[in-house]
Amino acid sequence: MSAEALSTGAGMAAASDEATLAAAARARVQKRKREVILGQVTVLFVIVAGWQVAALTGVIDPFFFGSPWGIVVRLYDWMLNGTAYGSFWLQIWVTLEESILGFIVGVVSGIICGVALGEIPYLADVFGPYIKIVNALPRIVLGSIFVMWLGLGLPSKVLLAAVLVFFVVFFNAFQGVRSVDRNLISNARILGASRLQVVRHVVFPSAMTWIIASLHVALGFSIIGAIVGEFLGSEKGLGLVIATAQNTFDANGVFGAMLVIGLLALSAEWVMAKLEKRLLAWQPKGNGDSTIQGL
Amino acid sequence: MTDTGPAPAPMASGRQGSATRTDGAGGVELRNVTKRFVTPTGAAMTAIRDVTLTVEPGQFCAVVGPTGCGKSTTLTLAAGLEMPSAGSVRVSGEPVTGITKGASFVFQSDALLPWKPVLDNVALGPMFRGMNKAEAKERARDWLRTVGLAGFEQHYPHQLSGGMRKRVSLAAALINEPSMLLMDEPFSALDVQTRAIMSNELLTLWDRQKPSVIFVTHDLEEAIGLADKVVVITAGPGTVKAEFEIDLPRPRGDVQSIRFNKRFLELYQQIWEALREEVDEAYARTSRTADRAQAAGGRV
Ligand SMILES: Nc1ncnc2c1ncn2[C@@H]1O[C@H](COP(=O)(O)OP(=O)(O)O)[C@@H](O)[C@H]1O
Ligand SMILES: [Mg+2]
Repeated sequence: MSAEALSTGAGMAAASDEATLAAAARARVQKRKREVILGQVTVLFVIVAGWQVAALTGVIDPFFFGSPWGIVVRLYDWMLNGTAYGSFWLQIWVTLEESILGFIVGVVSGIICGVALGEIPYLADVFGPYIKIVNALPRIVLGSIFVMWLGLGLPSKVLLAAVLVFFVVFFNAFQGVRSVDRNLISNARILGASRLQVVRHVVFPSAMTWIIASLHVALGFSIIGAIVGEFLGSEKGLGLVIATAQNTFDANGVFGAMLVIGLLALSAEWVMAKLEKRLLAWQPKGNGDSTIQGL
Repeated sequence: MTDTGPAPAPMASGRQGSATRTDGAGGVELRNVTKRFVTPTGAAMTAIRDVTLTVEPGQFCAVVGPTGCGKSTTLTLAAGLEMPSAGSVRVSGEPVTGITKGASFVFQSDALLPWKPVLDNVALGPMFRGMNKAEAKERARDWLRTVGLAGFEQHYPHQLSGGMRKRVSLAAALINEPSMLLMDEPFSALDVQTRAIMSNELLTLWDRQKPSVIFVTHDLEEAIGLADKVVVITAGPGTVKAEFEIDLPRPRGDVQSIRFNKRFLELYQQIWEALREEVDEAYARTSRTADRAQAAGGRV
């Protein structure tokens, strides 16, 4: 009886030991999280405060370098009074629309071309060298041509963004198709799959991991494409806001618009991360958490 | 898994215990088959040379031979994934011109789609062959029950153990009711205990449908324990060195205990004699190549 009591006692002790260990581990993790956040806030504070103090004391010239407070005032003014070419929200919306449309067009065409060339070696051999050449050119310059062709409106920006996005997605889709496990294809064929079924059920989903990996970079490119397009000639958009601010030596305006673009990119990244998580739900967990990359 | 388990719909025809299939389908006939590949450097290399091999409908044939002797190549020819450079390949009496009808393949690496749950993976075969989705899934469910994986329908392959994935592969291959089952070292990635269990289950499943089987393995005990006939292939370029009828009675029962059977040991001795020379030869060749490479490296 005493032995039994002893053993249950030991068991309980072990269980509570386990519980305290787990609690301690959790506490350690929590503590570390708090420390990291504290560190991040401190860094931000030091930079912003340092910038502001330096601007106030004249260590740097606020005319050229702006100041945090100046940026806040500029943004507030824009939101309240709008810009010379319509409300500030409209500018944001125009840029967003161009980026999203360019992203969609570029991704869809990139996937279609990538999968087609990956699947049909003849096409790959014929188009391969040309695609390499076009890829080697500085495509951003095409923006000027597009503005000449399509005018100052939305289409020229969408096209530029789409072209930038296309190549990123295309190369990944192509590579993804090329690196599909041959056994999976053989097995599907033996099970009775037609060529189209192989593409739909094996090749495309398999290339999807590659394609999704390219979408983060593509997202950045779509925003860059829209902004640069607006720079080169437009009637609306954040790119125009920046160009105008530049021409009037309004450093706060440039920084303010940049901040807004950064926030746009971050929210887009966030949506993208959610989407990625859904699409890749089948993958085993691990391999570290992907960190958000800014532009 | 026992025979008293719920028999799924696809196996209505109970041919249990019969020596061969009644429909005579699934017989494999390779006659003087040679297969050459062009290597990336442009040189031609012969994988198998002048292979003549017959597998009767419903027969379980194991193929053993040293690494690189062309065992996998032989299977791809029977499956119709590759065409022979010379000679003829016939399955169920028909010459093979494309993907062989009525064939199923089980690979060493489970060829399961990692992004599809287990149920969808098993349903692929019927779906590819035009069955509607709901019906295909219903059949897949039956098959998962047959291989003892009821309750795992919505798991992804990576969430299962190696042995469980192998069961899924078996279900995915057998759901098409193949008349010929090709298996390329299917159990070699499993641990010894799991391999023994899977061997027993394979025999049970084979007994129900009686497809002809070509089972490639590097494990001679496994080959003798499972097969009606063991074929020894020579070191590459492979050709058939010898065939051995395995006259151990069926049902074999536990493949683990049959290894102590007197007849089993005799057969093992005989076949090992034949196989050892080829393994030694293949080994000597690779080490010679390695020596040459080393010598060449030394000179530079
Ligand atoms: N698609 C291929 N292209 C070129 N060589 C190949 C190809 N498939 C197999 N081989 C060669 O044929 C030989 C036999 O290969 P394989 O049939 O895989 O041998 P095993 O399965 O017996 O180990 C090997 O030397 C291999 O390199
Ligand atoms: Mg092999």
